[in-house]
Formats: sequence, C-alpha cells, structure tokens
Amino acid sequence: MKSQDKSLIEKKKNKIVIAVSALNAVDSPGPGVAVIRSIRECNDFDVRIIGLSYESLEPGLYMHDLVDKSYQIPYPSGGTDSLMARLIHIHEIEKIDVIIPNFDAELFNFIKLRDKLKELGIHTFLPDLDQFEARDKIKLYQFGKKHGLMVPEDKIIYDANQLEKVAKELSYPLVIKGKFYDAIIANTFEQAQKAFYKIQAKWGLPIIVQEFINGTEINIAALGDGDGNAISIIPMRKLYITDKGKAWAGITLDDDSFIELARKFVKATKWRGGCELEVMQTSNGKPYIMEVNPRFPAWIYLTAAAGQNQPAMLVKLALGEKVKPVTEYEVGKIFVRYAWDLITNISEFQKISGTGEL
Amino acid sequence: MKLKKNIATSEEGFIYNPGTGDSFSTNPIGTDIISMLKEEKTAQEVIEIIRGKYDVDQQLFEKDLDDFVCQLKDFSMLD
Repeated sequence: MKSQDKSLIEKKKNKIVIAVSALNAVDSPGPGVAVIRSIRECNDFDVRIIGLSYESLEPGLYMHDLVDKSYQIPYPSGGTDSLMARLIHIHEIEKIDVIIPNFDAELFNFIKLRDKLKELGIHTFLPDLDQFEARDKIKLYQFGKKHGLMVPEDKIIYDANQLEKVAKELSYPLVIKGKFYDAIIANTFEQAQKAFYKIQAKWGLPIIVQEFINGTEINIAALGDGDGNAISIIPMRKLYITDKGKAWAGITLDDDSFIELARKFVKATKWRGGCELEVMQTSNGKPYIMEVNPRFPAWIYLTAAAGQNQPAMLVKLALGEKVKPVTEYEVGKIFVRYAWDLITNISEFQKISGTGEL
Repeated sequence: MKLKKNIATSEEGFIYNPGTGDSFSTNPIGTDIISMLKEEKTAQEVIEIIRGKYDVDQQLFEKDLDDFVCQLKDFSMLD
C-alpha cells in the first residue's frame, strides 16, 4: 500500500486522542463511560481518552483505567464562545483528534462549533442542525408524517385552557410531556391539568399532549453515515426498568421490523452519527416512534458486546474512514447494570473541583 | 399451529423468544409439546403421542393443550 493511501488511523504514530463527555454513570446514566469502554475494546487503534465533565462527582472522572485525563467544561447554557475557549485550551495540551459529545443539552453547541473544531483538526461525527431539530419532541409528529414513520399524534399547547379542546381531539388516556424530559399519563381532565402545571413548573412551556400508545417498549441504537446508510442497528428490549424509566437490564432482539424502521429513519434523515430510537410496539405489532435521542444511549456497550461496536465505528467515520454497514449481531445478549462504590481520595476531588482538571 | 422458527428451547424446558426477548420455563409435558410443535406435528398427533406416553384423560388433555397453544399464541410464539 502506498503511503498516501493510508488512512488517518494508520498514519497516526501516536495514540488517537478522543474526548468524551457524559461521564455521569449514575442511576440515570450518561453514555460516556459506555462509549469509552466500547472504544477501548476495539483493537484497530490505540487511544488516549480525555474525559469532559460538568460536575466534580461524575463517576467517570475517577475511573482512571478508562479515562486518562479529565477536564471540566462550561455548562451548555454558557453558550458556544466559552465552550470553544475551553476546548482550544484543552486541545493545546492534548491535541484532540475526535470529540464525542453525549449529552442532549450540549449537542446544539457542539454542532454549532463543528466547523471551527474541524479547522483545529478536531473531528466530530454529528448530525446537521436541521437533522438535530427535525427529531425534536415538539416536531416529531410532523416529522413522522413527512417520512411515513408512525409517531403518536400530539398537540403542542402553551396554555392549560387549551387542554380541554386537545383532549377531546385525542381522547383519554393522554400523555402529558415536557419539552425536555418527563411524561405523565392522564386518564381524566383533572389529572391532565395537574400534570400540565407540574411539568410546566419544572420544564416550562410548551407542553406536549400526546396520544397514549399501549405496548412493549423497544430501544434501537443506530449509527448513520450521513449519506442515508445505516452502518449498524441493534434493537434491545428493556428487561428491568428503574423508577426513572431507565433500562437496568436489557436484551438484544431478533426482529427485522425494528431494523427496517431504523433503516428507514436513517435514510429519511441522512442521519450522521449515533442515535437511539425509542419505540412502542403495539399488541398488533405496529412500531410507533416515541422519541429519537440524537446521541448514543447509555446501554451502547451492548452493541459492542453483541458484535457491532458502534462507538468504535463512529471514531473511524469521524476520522474519514469508510465503514461498511454490518448486519450480523448476537441475539439474546443481555446487559445487567450494577451499582459500584468507587473509592477515591479527597485530593482527587479537590483537584477536579479546584483546577477543573484531573 | 406452527412454532416460529427462531424460538429457542432447551431440554430443561427453557423457552426463549428472540423476537420479543421473553423467556419462559415449562414442565416436561410442555417441553414435549413444544418439541412436537417444532416438528410441525398436528394437534391430533400431539394428543396421540402424549396419551401414549402418559396416563391422561383425552378430554382433559385436549382442553389443556388448547390452553397451552393459546398461551403460545399470546406470547407471539406461533406463526
């Protein structure tokens, strides 16, 4: 092979430096630690992992066998300028090759900074802003209609007085949802009103009033190449769910209808990067897309365990490698999450809290 | 009355549906019935084989088989 034909991964003499956020491996975990674990298991490259954190007690900060060095970054509400300044500082020290942001709330800023980061030699593999916004909860029903994907009907309301009218149109039970998080099932007008005010107080307006779909919840992790091809798709059913609705155990499934659904979504959106489709399958087998998360899910390590290492494939795509779509995976692979008391010293806590580095 | 091809079973009576992620356990008679359904035996054939193997009242067994098949159907295990 001629030297100019070598890929960026082959050309790299040193380790590939990958910065990963969402190190909060807590009861409602961020995907960062699972993403790092997957990348470290890939034998195609050697990596140095940089953790990007928001708070001093994110468990991933203290997992030194997974994370080589960590830096705190400004909260997403701080905007792109402060984030860019911080990333430039980290880049000067670490020479970052790839950044994988994993929090919904930070993605907007990272997408905005994508081109500037590229100029510095920092690669990302993120959706475009219009792809990112099209799957927003508030626009999902219209998105589904446009692309022939089944999404429960919803109405977006800004006033509790609108509740009665939309309830008549959709009929009970209804799901009252916040624009970012939370969903409450309401069987009566009184319950819907109560849920409206509760969610408004927490997440503000608008409120989404959605048709209730009864069925089995399925989650699908997918990786799109940005040209409409799904590089990897793994469907999973939650076997154990926490009181926050998060999967504490799950199993990979063998059902082509879920694969086709995800393939259709990736093709319709030309999705670039990782995503998670939250699907409700009704008793007659119809799959409704309930939500689309624009990043890898916290259970993403299961994809690596089942034979399709989506985070490692994303790194290759970010570095400009051609990655062929894969279809084979192990069905019946189970993950069981567990809580572990990680012990550290006050000096470490002091270091990350005081200097923003660990 | 045909069991889906991808349904996995063990001799110990463990049944796993990879399409839904559900798993079940059944007793030895249930295990026998499942393996006969896998071989695409008819209800009549199942009844004859089980009656030949166990001392069971025909009417009672027909009813039990009917219930068992209904359960398999409910759990999306039949084609």
